[in-house]
Amino acid sequence: MKFLVCISNVPDTTTKIAFTPDNKEFNKAGVQFVINPWDEYALTRAIELKEAQGGGTVTVLNVGEADTEPNIRKALAIGADDAIRVNAFPKDAFFVAQQIANVAKEGAYDVILMGKESIDYNGFQVHGMVGELLGIPTVAPAMKLDMSGNTATLEREIEGGKEIVQVNTPFVASCQQPMCEPRIPNMRGIMTARTKPLKVVEPIGDAPRTAVAEYALPPKKQGVKLIPAENAGELIKLLRNEAKVI
Amino acid sequence: MSVLVVVECDGGEVKKSSLEVASYGSQVAQLLGTTATAVAVGEATEANLAKLGEQGITKVLYDAEPRLKDFVNGAYTKLIATAAQKEDSKVIVLANSNIGASVGSRLSVRLQASLATNVVELPKTDGGSFLVKRGAFSGKAFADVKLEGERKIIAVKKNSIEALHEAGKTAQVEGFSAQLTDADFADAPKQVVMQDQAGGILLPEADKVVSGGRGMKGPENWSLIEDLAKAIGAATACSKPVSDVDWRPHHEHVGQTGITVSPNLYIACGISGAIQHLAGVNSSKVIVVINKDPEAPFFKAADYGIVGDVFDVLPKLTQAVKELS
Ligand SMILES: Cc1cc2nc3c(=O)[nH]c(=O)nc-3n(C[C@H](O)[C@H](O)[C@H](O)COP(=O)(O)OP(=O)(O)OC[C@H]3O[C@@H](n4cnc5c(N)ncnc54)[C@H](O)[C@@H]3O)c2cc1C
Repeated sequence: MKFLVCISNVPDTTTKIAFTPDNKEFNKAGVQFVINPWDEYALTRAIELKEAQGGGTVTVLNVGEADTEPNIRKALAIGADDAIRVNAFPKDAFFVAQQIANVAKEGAYDVILMGKESIDYNGFQVHGMVGELLGIPTVAPAMKLDMSGNTATLEREIEGGKEIVQVNTPFVASCQQPMCEPRIPNMRGIMTARTKPLKVVEPIGDAPRTAVAEYALPPKKQGVKLIPAENAGELIKLLRNEAKVI
Repeated sequence: MSVLVVVECDGGEVKKSSLEVASYGSQVAQLLGTTATAVAVGEATEANLAKLGEQGITKVLYDAEPRLKDFVNGAYTKLIATAAQKEDSKVIVLANSNIGASVGSRLSVRLQASLATNVVELPKTDGGSFLVKRGAFSGKAFADVKLEGERKIIAVKKNSIEALHEAGKTAQVEGFSAQLTDADFADAPKQVVMQDQAGGILLPEADKVVSGGRGMKGPENWSLIEDLAKAIGAATACSKPVSDVDWRPHHEHVGQTGITVSPNLYIACGISGAIQHLAGVNSSKVIVVINKDPEAPFFKAADYGIVGDVFDVLPKLTQAVKELS
């Protein structure tokens, strides 16, 4: 079985967010980039399923410029077999979805996995777009994925519960916890990752459909109003009379 | 040309987030000089759909096909696409829910529409451009996004738009068939399992949330959280380490890798306020923090705070609520 796992390159989760002076772009200065945490669930589960099947391949795919390669190598170190980088700045979800769909079509992948959303743009869109572009089912967000032959059984989160869904390959799933325990690379993985193939291809497809005009930070909080623990009940009065939330 | 609003229904009722979406859609319609039509998905009653008039909806399309009761991606996508074509809708509005995002992203490709999710404000339409404000960087920032092209789809973040209530106004409910076939139900769920929700309040939709962290020390102490939640009508939540060690179920974990909530009131008990936790809760309108460590980072994000022991403070709060009523 051929797995395609899409990973995005995002600012480390502890990053303090800042923008360029014109507020048009994220300010990358001094920021460490990591594999999107949700994508690690997709990657690890693909590797686990491949191992359980005793064969097959896991290919990682990233749409990004050359500076994303350290994280692609990290995905190879975690256990992917090979990698493809579509050499383009990921302009919007539709642009990225087109690149993924192109690669998926070309390589005839059986299972396409990705994280629920990226923690920078929080789109939660790419999964559905890829599914629709390829005319195959999408399951999002998936909390569990098991395979038996060409049939996958997934748990999909819905508000207030979950659905058990069965689909046949090929399909797309966007992954979230508690699907698996994401793996971290070990020394052997890091050594072998250096020699694994990483192919770079040029983008194709239409122009993006959305553009960020401007970024902004949320307004600063007024500062916390402290209530002494002895008079804790006073808080409830403030929440009713001042904040008007209860 | 009308604005099309997707309303999700459950057990006959229109979901709270869909009342917000309906209100958003009717205000967009007003901005564009047109009317708003809703298309209902899930299990609805005609009486409840007619009440969408209170949110400014003129007409509701309802396909009574029983298999639409549970979410089926293929069928919902086709149903909404058919309604959009019938209404010649250039703008489609839906909830930024798991259903909304699943369908919205497929629809955007099918209808060649631009799409913005996580939207928190009404659009700005000056000078022919169409700008929406959306949350980005896990709640740590906002982005104004320009939607290109003739068709646009907007997924509205929960609790970010006040629902309208024009008492007594009704919408006309119209039978509608999208001619769904068995093939459209190929990805239908085999089973739907609902979880027990504290007090029957769904966390992602909740207006108030009481949340506990590792400072609660163990699952046996959660009755303190539940008692306060019950007293004020809140849902319960927790930090990631709490669900990782199974003190609480995974569907209660909020934060960057959990559920994002934006209630009017978020009460954090024994939670440090790590940046990944804040990412899922910092768009709450009022944040209350109870922590015995005055240096806990959460106090920087809070509106109200008590430096104290949760085991001492929580019963006092519950008691004070009871004395109010
Ligand atoms: C990639 C990544 C993603 C993550 N995603 C999430 C996420 O989605 N959600 C999330 O929550 N975390 C997430 N985390 C974890 C996060 O970094 C923190 O570890 C976590 O939020 C800490 O949880 P906590 O505050 O409950 O526990 P702790 O950090 O242990 O804090 C406990 C707090 O309780 C206080 N306390 C102790 N006893 C008492 C008492 N008796 N009375 C009052 N206060 C008391 C302490 O002073 C302390 O501030 C993520 C981490 C990473 C690396």
